[in-house]
Amino acid sequence: MPGAQAQPPQQPIYTIEQLVALNPYNPDILPDLESYVDEQVATQTYSLDCNLCLLRLYQFQPARMNVHIIIKVLVKALMALPATDFNLCMFLIPERLQMEETFLTLATLAHFLETSRFREFWDEANRNRDILEVVPGFEQAIQGYAIHVLSITYQRLPRSILAEAINVEGLSLDKFLEHQVNNNGWALEKGGKVVVLPLNEDNQPVLRRNTADSIPLEHVAKILPVLV
Amino acid sequence: MAYDGSRDYGGGYDDSYDDRPEFRDGFRDLLPPEPGFDTSTYVPDVVKTFVVYLYRHIREKNVYEIHQMYEGSFQKLSDRLFKQSNWPHVDMIAPYVENDHVFCLLYKEMWFRHVYARLQPTLEQRCDSWDNYCNLFQVILHGNVNMQLPNQWLWDMVDEFIYQFQSFCQYRAKLKQKTDHELAVLRQIDEVWNVVGVLNYLQALIEKSMILQILEEEKEGNVTFTATDGYDYHGGTNVLKVLGYFSIVGLLRVHCLLGDYHSGLRALSPIDINQPGVFNTVIGCQITTIYYYGFANLMLRRYMDAIKSFNQVLLYIFKTKQYHQRSSQYDQILKKNEQMYALLAICLSLCPHPKLVEENVNNQLREKYAEKMLRMQRSDEAMFDELFSYACPKFITPSPPSYDEPLVNFNQDAYRLQLKLFLSEVRQQQLLSSIRSFLKLYTTISVAKLASFMDVDEPTLRVALLTYKHKTHVINNDGSVLSNADVDFYIDDDMVHIADTRVTKRFGDYFIRHIQKVPDVCTLSLL
Repeated sequence: MPGAQAQPPQQPIYTIEQLVALNPYNPDILPDLESYVDEQVATQTYSLDCNLCLLRLYQFQPARMNVHIIIKVLVKALMALPATDFNLCMFLIPERLQMEETFLTLATLAHFLETSRFREFWDEANRNRDILEVVPGFEQAIQGYAIHVLSITYQRLPRSILAEAINVEGLSLDKFLEHQVNNNGWALEKGGKVVVLPLNEDNQPVLRRNTADSIPLEHVAKILPVLV
Repeated sequence: MAYDGSRDYGGGYDDSYDDRPEFRDGFRDLLPPEPGFDTSTYVPDVVKTFVVYLYRHIREKNVYEIHQMYEGSFQKLSDRLFKQSNWPHVDMIAPYVENDHVFCLLYKEMWFRHVYARLQPTLEQRCDSWDNYCNLFQVILHGNVNMQLPNQWLWDMVDEFIYQFQSFCQYRAKLKQKTDHELAVLRQIDEVWNVVGVLNYLQALIEKSMILQILEEEKEGNVTFTATDGYDYHGGTNVLKVLGYFSIVGLLRVHCLLGDYHSGLRALSPIDINQPGVFNTVIGCQITTIYYYGFANLMLRRYMDAIKSFNQVLLYIFKTKQYHQRSSQYDQILKKNEQMYALLAICLSLCPHPKLVEENVNNQLREKYAEKMLRMQRSDEAMFDELFSYACPKFITPSPPSYDEPLVNFNQDAYRLQLKLFLSEVRQQQLLSSIRSFLKLYTTISVAKLASFMDVDEPTLRVALLTYKHKTHVINNDGSVLSNADVDFYIDDDMVHIADTRVTKRFGDYFIRHIQKVPDVCTLSLL
């Protein structure tokens, strides 16, 4: 083709995750990481490594700190419970910033969740809807965490405790329970007053106790030459 | 300038530096120079011969001799001649080593290390040392060195690099005592010991050495690295590879100093600390690795991993510390040993698992911390504070301060934050140890009864039981749940059923062992 021009060299397009894996100590990627936080919020996805990288870069250059982004990161981290992501983020945020009101609120909410005080948590969350509504999916995530803690503790639990933990009552709770019964192996007893959770390794620890004195075949094989 | 190991020096230069007559009697025949001698004009003869021999051994890639001189002679000369002063300036010794560029960088590295160890570095020296490390790493990264150096020296380089960075951050944060001149200089030197620079050098060493690929391929059996302790027996160089390897540990350490424990552990993940590796070849590296690994796990609430790793290394130190008594590292080893016992005490108070601790380690632990552990188990926060403060790393604030605000010292800020968050975690776990002690007494108990024993109302107890479950069940990286608890339970409506995971005594192994001995006993008795 006459006058054909050389194709511009293809720029490798890196995803944010790849950037963080390859070049995490580069302050130039800070704007990308910030917009990635917004993307995580919008698409209800989550990446701990990218967010930690962002908090680290803020630590290196405090002048570029964006408080709103940090708050979003913390809310996302709360949603990752029972993982310890919220604590991991707090280790990287300067104390002086943690004294601000929004941060104190988030720390209180985290404290309630870590100590399973769900009633206090939902009360406080209701009072601070403006902070939490920014991140869609927050309520479902916390409900998921509450169910996780209940599942590793209870085999059968009173309906009222479940209601308090996930902040759902009345007809909505009935619907919720119906869904769980149909899809996740839950059951109801005593006319719906008691919820039966599926058995797993953690809510029946008896199964994990070391069974008495079984001897593996290899050990017996060792003494066969002697016995024969 | 590349070292070419093929040069022949002729004349039988095989004698070891330390075998020379004047050293055989332990320096007795050496008189120290007159007091007040000026190292900028006078180079003692022993130093001249030291650099000449060291240079020669490096060129001949005689790793054993290099190690003897580096570990032994350098320390002896420092003790004897330079206890409170600097070694001769590099320009003074350069003529004796053919002005070799790389050797001068290495000499300066040792020179600055001596300053940091014995004297107080000035701001100018701190800056010069940074420049020297940059130059040295640049040369190594560009592949221009063909040396084999002892692993001890290579580890010390990485270790000292991070230590000087840490020291600079601490120094910079103490603004109150700074003179105007110092503040003026500090304002201008953003690049010096910049955290991004430090991290990027470590990262560059890892990448350029391709150490991650080497470690991967080693698992398949395609290359040997660990088997030769990182040394290259085919005439090549070990410097870049081993520096890359040690930089992995370096990244773990820097991340922990910044409070980013998760990333630190991720950085360390290519090294499996439960397998023998090059990190075992230098005791300082092994201790540093396990110390930071254990500390990071402690902050992540992964107490079992922390306990197991502390136990492993404390046992190793217990068995081998007498061999290191002469080493210059001995004090450091002892200090880290004590700190790790403190961290182990904290972990065991939060997550009692006596079976994980070996007998000798346990005895030492009881000796040092029996009473303090009892108090921690009763949630004595002051005790946690004391041990944590003693044993934690020297955290740093990586960013330069604003030099305009009222000048305050903020070198403690980072530490205070980590301590505060740690103590709030301890507080959240307050009720756990009393729950544990009650649970050990029963196999089943109603919620109401347990609540009355613990003197709380039922809802509070239910909440505490949920917390116990949450805190003792750790989420792994793959999302699976792992239980830390030695006493576990489940609740059936309003009854608590307890399962004590105490291992029943195993007699099978005991009998098998003795059955195997029977033939030997029989043959002996027949003789």
